[in-house]
Amino acid sequence: MPSRSRILAALLLSVFVGSAQAQQKASPPSDNIVARGEYLARAGDCIACHTAPEGRTFAGGRAMPTPFGTLYSSNITPDRETGIGKWTAEDFYKAMHTGRFPDGGLMYPAMPFASYTKVTRADSEAIFAYLKSIPPVNQRNREHDLRFPYSNRQLILGWRTLFFNEGEFKPDPTKSAEWNRGAYLVEGLGHCGMCHSPINALGGTSQSDAFKGGLIPMQNWYAPSLTSNREAGLGDWSIKDITDLLQTGVSARGVVYGPMAEVVHNSLQYLSDEDTRAMAVYLKGISEPSPPPPASSALPTTESSLLISLGKTVYDKNCASCHGAQGEGKPPHWPPLANNQSIEMQSAVNPIRMVLNGGYPPGTEGNPMPYGMPPFAGLLSDNEIAAVVSYIRTAWGNRGTPVSAREANELRSAPLN
Amino acid sequence: MFSRCAVSIVLYLAACDFATAQAANQPPDTMAARVEACTPCHGNKGEGTSDVYFPRLAGKPAGYLYNQLLAFKSGRRKYPPMNYLLEFLTDPYLQQMADYFADQHPALPPVAATDASQEVLQRGQSLVTRGDPQRQIPACGSCHGPALTGMEPGIPGLLGLRPNYISAQLGAWRYGTRTAKAPDCMQQVAARLTEEDVTAVAAWLANHPAPVNAAPAPKGTYVLPFACGSEPD
Repeated sequence: MPSRSRILAALLLSVFVGSAQAQQKASPPSDNIVARGEYLARAGDCIACHTAPEGRTFAGGRAMPTPFGTLYSSNITPDRETGIGKWTAEDFYKAMHTGRFPDGGLMYPAMPFASYTKVTRADSEAIFAYLKSIPPVNQRNREHDLRFPYSNRQLILGWRTLFFNEGEFKPDPTKSAEWNRGAYLVEGLGHCGMCHSPINALGGTSQSDAFKGGLIPMQNWYAPSLTSNREAGLGDWSIKDITDLLQTGVSARGVVYGPMAEVVHNSLQYLSDEDTRAMAVYLKGISEPSPPPPASSALPTTESSLLISLGKTVYDKNCASCHGAQGEGKPPHWPPLANNQSIEMQSAVNPIRMVLNGGYPPGTEGNPMPYGMPPFAGLLSDNEIAAVVSYIRTAWGNRGTPVSAREANELRSAPLN
Repeated sequence: MFSRCAVSIVLYLAACDFATAQAANQPPDTMAARVEACTPCHGNKGEGTSDVYFPRLAGKPAGYLYNQLLAFKSGRRKYPPMNYLLEFLTDPYLQQMADYFADQHPALPPVAATDASQEVLQRGQSLVTRGDPQRQIPACGSCHGPALTGMEPGIPGLLGLRPNYISAQLGAWRYGTRTAKAPDCMQQVAARLTEEDVTAVAAWLANHPAPVNAAPAPKGTYVLPFACGSEPD
């Protein structure tokens, strides 16, 4: 009998453990500067740019296409000849804080120093201590390949005057410690604003537009606004749904794909439960009352109603088996489409791309075997894609607008990675 | 003791109920459901689709499939729709995907009619079965097996594929857009082929019926003529 009850207890435990989404994640001990630096380097997602595909970790050389030409990330291993082996902690802080090399030279703002300037000296020193602890790699930095006139580094001075505000993060005394921790991570190391803010023709963002969303240049994914509840504003999300999304890549409200899958994969999944929660509290806090829904579609009414009725046919045949007849999905793995902001928002780029290219959420500790969305580019015509996207944007109470076959066609040639 | 047991049983049943209720509203907990993203191009069981450029995956050696998934993930093998899908998946998960498709055994497609001439087919057969020693081209069968069904863990079978796919892959090796672990033996072999060779090999392979047992030979069944990064000793 005793042995049987132990078996039952074991079964019980396995049921509960099995249903847990993610294990508890704690911050590294504060007395271990290297471990803390490694954690903070994850929070800053340094690896995403400073490691080339199949390249050595942090040895740089990753090509970063921009509207102005191609930049190549630099070697930040402690190699004395080609990396940052000769830098001091002061040099590193200056780079993070002011966007200047030790010799005073100007960094291109692809390095997110406009965000990293908010990082505290203590955190900068921890990251530096970590980078000094990794194996040095002797790999010379590759010259940038920028078009004239952007190849002239002096132009960065103008960019800095317009868009760069130097200064460490200043806590808002009217807000909680948790909110301020979240703000520090989102605005600083997380450099979320690099994608989630509109970028103007000069490659800059004005401060008043921070987190208002924008099309990511060259990648052709739309990084939704983090403040508008009509986009990715999280005002009416529960804290748990936000932390699930950030930590595991999937949630009851939606799933990350594309560039955001990269961020969860390389960075956010490693953050502690406390820090993830702090980011969630801050992100929920910055959402603003929704603006009125956009004016009705540019498409003539007859055309859009034809599209939408074709869309329902396409949907019932290809999509309903996973996303449900009413767009309810089977969250978190098969995301709901009804009442899903990323489907309804003004830019239809992401839903069109998802139908064309499909996608997998990132494999994370909390969701190691994600379910994938099939690509339909080869199965559906431009018209069918426009129809089904128009349908999901307007059915079940969704308040998006129809899209045209031309928009669908244009995104067929969007770069995939 | 008894009451503690009873409590555990009740709790356990409650937990089961909860789990069942959750499962009903969840996708099937299977690999088949997880790899649905692969099916529009590769078929429900990896049998291939009507698109002649997308290969059959079913029954290929798991090690070969895993190597391809890793190569697509890292960008070593370039095909943006695949690179994009796999970029943020973990290696153990890719291994599970490879195992899944290796375990599928849908019927092989009937051999399609060919419009290649007898002369082209004969040239193809000669290259596949005998190679061309003068040009240092080995017979395909010397690595892919006498029955051309491949060998575990890393060498794929060559039958049941369509000519367009085979010639596209040989072309990709010749031009360097498809590469494999060093020593990249297929790159070396393909570099010695002319375009006419590629057409002839693809036409003959696609026109050659697979044996009833198309399973890859067990690891180490025969010795490879040269070192191959994809098939370590």
